[in-house]
Amino acid sequence: MFELKDIRYKDILKIGHLRIEENKVSILTGESGSGKTTVLKLLNHLISPDEGTVLYKGKDIASLDPVQHRRNVIMLQQMPAIFPGTVRDNLIAGLMFSEKPVPDDRVLEEALHSVYLRKSLETVAEGLSGGEQQRLALARVLLLDSDVYLLDEPSSALDDETADEVISSFLKKAKQKNKTVIMVTHSKQIADRYAEVPVHLEKYNQKIKEAAHEG
Amino acid sequence: MKDKIIDISLWQLLSAYLFIVILTVIVKWRGIAREKEIMIGTLRMTIQLVLAGYILTYVFKHPHPLLTLFIFALMEIFAIYNVFKRIKYDLSSSLKKVIAVSMTVGTLASLLFFNYVVIQFSPWFEPRYVIPIAGMIIGNAMTGITLGVNHLVEGMEKQKRMVEAALMLGATTKAASKELVDRAFDSAILPTINSMVGMGIVFLPGMMTGQILSGISPLTAIEYQIAIMLGIAGSVSFSVILFVQYGYRTFFNERSQLK
Repeated sequence: MFELKDIRYKDILKIGHLRIEENKVSILTGESGSGKTTVLKLLNHLISPDEGTVLYKGKDIASLDPVQHRRNVIMLQQMPAIFPGTVRDNLIAGLMFSEKPVPDDRVLEEALHSVYLRKSLETVAEGLSGGEQQRLALARVLLLDSDVYLLDEPSSALDDETADEVISSFLKKAKQKNKTVIMVTHSKQIADRYAEVPVHLEKYNQKIKEAAHEG
Repeated sequence: MKDKIIDISLWQLLSAYLFIVILTVIVKWRGIAREKEIMIGTLRMTIQLVLAGYILTYVFKHPHPLLTLFIFALMEIFAIYNVFKRIKYDLSSSLKKVIAVSMTVGTLASLLFFNYVVIQFSPWFEPRYVIPIAGMIIGNAMTGITLGVNHLVEGMEKQKRMVEAALMLGATTKAASKELVDRAFDSAILPTINSMVGMGIVFLPGMMTGQILSGISPLTAIEYQIAIMLGIAGSVSFSVILFVQYGYRTFFNERSQLK
C-alpha cells in the first residue's frame, strides 16, 4: 500500500526502504526522536521528504491531490485537537472538513461507544479529561471511514486497561471493514498484542554516529 | 461675522503647547520614563503638520494631475510601510506582497467610487478633495489591515496545531483556516463599526469639527461626514477582505502543507 524509498527528512529521519502492507495493522515503535511521527506525517502528506519518494498504491504521493489523499489516509495527532463546542461538534468536525455527509445521532453515539466514551453528545468537549478527549478524537476519525488510519500514540493518555479495551475495539471495527491501520505507540503491551507487522525505527543521528564510529 | 473662523495668533498657538508641558511634568512626577517619546512625538507632529500645510497650500494653488497622483502614491507607500512596522511578527515576503496589494486595490477602488460616484467633483484630480479624502480612507484601511494581519499571524502561530489537525482530517486550506480568517476580519472591522456607533454622540470626528470651525453649516458637515464614514467602512472592509482572502494562503505551500 505504501512504499518509502531513500527517504530523508531534515536530520530527523532516514529510511532506505520501507513497505507497508494493505489491510494490516502495522505498529511503529522506536525511541523518542526516531521519527515515528514524521513517518505518519509523510504518509498523510502533511510534509514532503527532502529526498526520496513516498508511494501510495504505486503512485508517487507528490503527484496526488493532497487534500483528497488525506481524506483517504486520515491522521490522528498525538495530543488531539479539540475544537470549541460540544462532543457532537467535535465528532462532526472531521466529516465537515472532509466534506462527507453528517449521519444521525445514533451513528455518532455508536462511535462514542466503540471507544468506550460514555458521554452525551451535548457535553462541552473542552471540559473532558485528557483521556476522554483522546477517545473523542479517535471516535472522530472512526466516523470518517477512510481507507487508512494513521494513529499517533492514540492511547498515550489512557490507563493500560482502558487503552487495551479502546484499541482492541477500534482495530476490530477497522478489520471488519478491511482498513489499513498504521499506529505509533510507546506501549510494549499494545505493540506485542496487536501488531500484525511490527516496524522498528532507529534513530537517524545514532545511525550516523554508529557509521562514523565504524568508519 | 460670527461665521468667520477665528485666526489663531502664533502666541495663542504656542500657549497650546502648555498641555505638553503639563503632560511632561506629570510623567516625570510619576516616574514614567516617557519624556523623550513625548518630546519626539510633539516635535514630529509640529514639523510634519507645518510641512504638510505648506505643501498643501502649494498643491491647492497649482493643481496638477501628476502632483495629485504622486501625493496619493506617497501616502499609500507610507501607509503600507507603516503596517509592516506596526506588526510584532516577522512577515514573509509573500504576505507583505498581499498586504501591499490589498491596501492599494482596496483603498483605490473605494476612493474612485467615493470621489466620482458619491461626491462627483471636477477636475478629477482636484487636490482639495482628493488628498484629504484619500488620507482618511488610506489611514483607516491601514489601521484595519494592521489589526487583521496581527490577528491572522498570531492565530496561525498559536493555533497551528488546530490547523494541522484539520488538514490531517482532509480539510482544504480554506476550511482549515476559516475560523482564524473570520476572526481576523472581525477584529479588523470592529473599530470602524464601533466608531460609527459612537459617531455624533461620543465624539465629533476631525473632519466635521474642522468644517464646522471653518464656518460651514453643521448640516453640510454632517452630510460629508456620513458619506465619508460609509466610504471608510467600505474601504476598510474591502481592503481587509482582500487581505484575509489571499493572506491565509501564504501560510501554505502548493501541496496544501503548512510552511
